[in-house]
This record gives sequence, structure tokens and C-alpha cells, in this order.
Amino acid sequence: MTANPPIAMLAELTHRCPLSCPYCSNPVELARIDSELSTEEWVSVFQQAAALGVLQLHLSGGEPASRRDLTDLVKAARDAGLYTNLITSGIGLNERRLKELDAAGLDHVQLSLQGTDAEMADRIGGYKRGFERKMAVSEWISAIGFPLTLNFVMHRQNLHQLETAIQMAVDMGARRIEVATVQFHGWAMQNRNALMPSRDQAREASRIVAEARARLKGTLVIDYVPADYHANYPKPCMGGWASTGINVAPDGIVLPCHAAQTIPHLKFDNVRDLPLAEIWHNGSAFNAYRGTDWMPEPCQSCDRKEIDFGGCRCQAMALLGDPAATDPVCVKSPRHEVVAQLAEGFSSSGSDELSYRAQPPKLEPTTQ
Amino acid sequence: MSVDPNEKPFLPRGVRLHFDKVRDDWVLLAPERAIRLDDIGLAILNELDGERSLSMIATSLAEKYGAPADQVATDCVEFLQSLVDRRFVELRQ
Ligand code: SF4
Ligand code: SF4
Repeated sequence: MTANPPIAMLAELTHRCPLSCPYCSNPVELARIDSELSTEEWVSVFQQAAALGVLQLHLSGGEPASRRDLTDLVKAARDAGLYTNLITSGIGLNERRLKELDAAGLDHVQLSLQGTDAEMADRIGGYKRGFERKMAVSEWISAIGFPLTLNFVMHRQNLHQLETAIQMAVDMGARRIEVATVQFHGWAMQNRNALMPSRDQAREASRIVAEARARLKGTLVIDYVPADYHANYPKPCMGGWASTGINVAPDGIVLPCHAAQTIPHLKFDNVRDLPLAEIWHNGSAFNAYRGTDWMPEPCQSCDRKEIDFGGCRCQAMALLGDPAATDPVCVKSPRHEVVAQLAEGFSSSGSDELSYRAQPPKLEPTTQ
Repeated sequence: MSVDPNEKPFLPRGVRLHFDKVRDDWVLLAPERAIRLDDIGLAILNELDGERSLSMIATSLAEKYGAPADQVATDCVEFLQSLVDRRFVELRQ
């Protein structure tokens, strides 16, 4: 099978991060600091990505600003012809660094928002005075004139701040806001009791988004990821496995999606060993669920199979132990009641206690 | 916000035209989006400079391609409206 080339690359430059959000999308087993790709290795990845057909590069982490060579990486990516988007919590950026990033050609900034006030944001991010710092960073971003997207991750504890978050985006001059209900993979799986929104909250969020979209047309673009445990159909994860997106982890492992390592039987290749194009076209993990041939029933004969691609493989793995099953979020899944029960149980747990993500280990354990 | 032919459209910072060598096509690159352009879309976007109004642009395109001016103007408004709604094109007075 010859696949179309990918359009977007998510480069997780490092798993280091000053924050420790309890829903962090990084894998539970974080990449060691001493295993991170070097500047030269990343530059080669970006050049290979552009040659393969990638147009958009998302520089992410962890916190990408934790890499001291961030500016050089942005410059190299621009030189390779890529559109560069920095996905950041803002912590680790200052006015000087932002000006350097501007000079290096950074196209766009996506700033994460853990809450709309210091009390919420600092508790969720697990980082004191993070909110204050973030607000300062947002002012430098708008003074320089970077196009800005706010990224608000919603869950049971902060969903009531959605209206305010949208207003903040308008006040900051952001062109876009992404309001995404937390996705339950990795670290978030350990926090489902504390984070699962209720069905009413999920409905309220959809109403607020619909109203704001109508009211703010032409001012603010709102991208919305609803609470999928409460949905009837799954999300079209990655727009189809290995169809448009490619991820590179800090240590060079190449993944079809950021949670793919939760599927235990998949084998992943590394850009240190193989060319990126070879991995994209022939890597076994990429071909595992590419296209529609792998699909079981009810997906195989469903008219939505090119719309949601049978949903999320990692979610089928997490909830059913079978990555090749229909995403149980789907009402047509024979196991759909599992999701409804989980959603109900977790959202009414009554516990708000968070378990925070850890920091990546520094060195390989030694035996001396 | 609806597009007024007297306004001057331009591509804001963070939105740019790019030739996609791999697919041999022009695309408009914007935050989280890459939009494939046909010849008409590309011709319109190439004219945007924030200096000339949309009606001036339509007139010049109509002359260049020998097409009826009001038809071109309607096409331009329709094409740009969808981009304005997504904030990929901005307008100044
Ligand atoms: S989700 Fe939070 S902890 Fe994870 S990388 Fe982003 S800011 Fe850091
Ligand atoms: S049966 Fe499969 S393809 Fe059809 S809607 Fe459900 S998940 Fe999507």
C-alpha cells in the first residue's frame, strides 16, 4: 500500500516541563533527558519531514522552551520550508527569547490555559505563579504580533470557566481558541475520578461553544473537542491512523499518534536508525491500522467508516484491551455500555484529588 | 462580518502562500490548516496587498482573464468571505 504523505508533524522536543498537569498527553513512561535527539538530529528530521511532504510542524513537548536550542530549531524548520507552530505553556519564555523566536521566523504560538484564574490554573498545572507568568508571556506575544491560539483543556473541575476562557481569548486578541475536553490516555487515565465531566457539563459546554461560535464569527475561531465518553460517535482520531499526521518523540521514536505506545504489540522505529520516509511508508506500526481493511464489524459495513475511521485505537485498547476493536464510544459498538457506565461512575466520584505527572528521569539507571 | 467590495483585503501575519513541491500545488498555510488552492483561488490571493480594494482587484482580474467584471467580483467575495470567517484573510478600510 502506498500511503499519501503526511501533512503535519508533532515534534515532542522534550518531555521536560515545569508544569505537571494531571492529564498530560505525554506517555506515562517519559523519555529520559539524556536520550533526547540533538540539535543536528532534529534539524535532519525537519528536513526529511519537508521532503516527505509535511507542511505544518508543531513544536511541542513537554515544554519546548525547556530546550535551549529552541530558536535554532525554529530557524532550521523555517529554512526547510515548514510552517512552525510553538505549543507552549509559556513557562520558560521571556521577552528576549520571544523576540529571538520572532527573528527566527516562528509563524504561530499556541498557549495552553489550565484555568482562567491563578487559583485554578496553578492547582491544575501544579506550578505556583504559573498563571501570572503566562499572562505576562501573553502580553509579549501580542506586543510582538505573533498570531495566537489559546488552548483550554476542560474537565470537571474547570468546565465552569469556559465562558471566561473564550472571553480571555478575545481580550488577548487571539484568532483561535481550542477548547478540548480532556482525552483519557496516559496520565489522565489515573485521574478519571477527578476529571471526568458529568453529562450535564458536557451538554452545557456544547451549548456555550455553539452560542459563542455564532456570536464571534469572524473574530474568534473555536475548535471544539467534546467529551467523548458522553458522545454517540467517536472522534476521528488523527483523521485516520497514519493518514495525515506523524509524531516524533524526544528520543527519536516515530509514532502514528502520541498515545500509540499504549498499544503493547506495536513496534516503533527510530529516526536514529531509519529514514523518516521509510518509517512512514513501511513501518509496521504505521501500517497496522492504516486505511479501512483492518476494521472489524460494525465498522466494516458502516457508512461512517471514512468519517471517523472507527474511532481511537488507543481508546479501544484502554477500555477493551483490544486496539483493533470498534471504539466503544460508538453507539454501534457491542461494548458501548462500558463507556456509559465508566462515565457515570467517574463523574460522580465526588473526589477532586489529582495525581500529577512526573518529571522525566535524567540518566539511565547505573548499576555501580 | 460580511465582505464589502470597498475594503482592502490582505493576508495577516501567520497566513502565507506556499508552493508544495511534493504535491506540485499551491497551498495557503495558516494556523493548524493547509488549504489547497485551485488556479482561481491562487490568482485572487496573489492580488491581495492591503492597498487595493476588493473591487479594484476584481476589475484587474477581469481584465487579465477576459471575464465579466461582475461575475469575477461575485466569485471574489464568495471566496474571500469563507477565508475572512476563518480569520485567514483580514480587511482594512
Ligand atoms: S500538559 Fe501540562 S505537564 Fe504536560 S507538557 Fe503540557 S504543560 Fe507540561
Ligand atoms: S461503527 Fe465504526 S465506523 Fe461506524 S460510526 Fe461506529 S466507530 Fe465509526
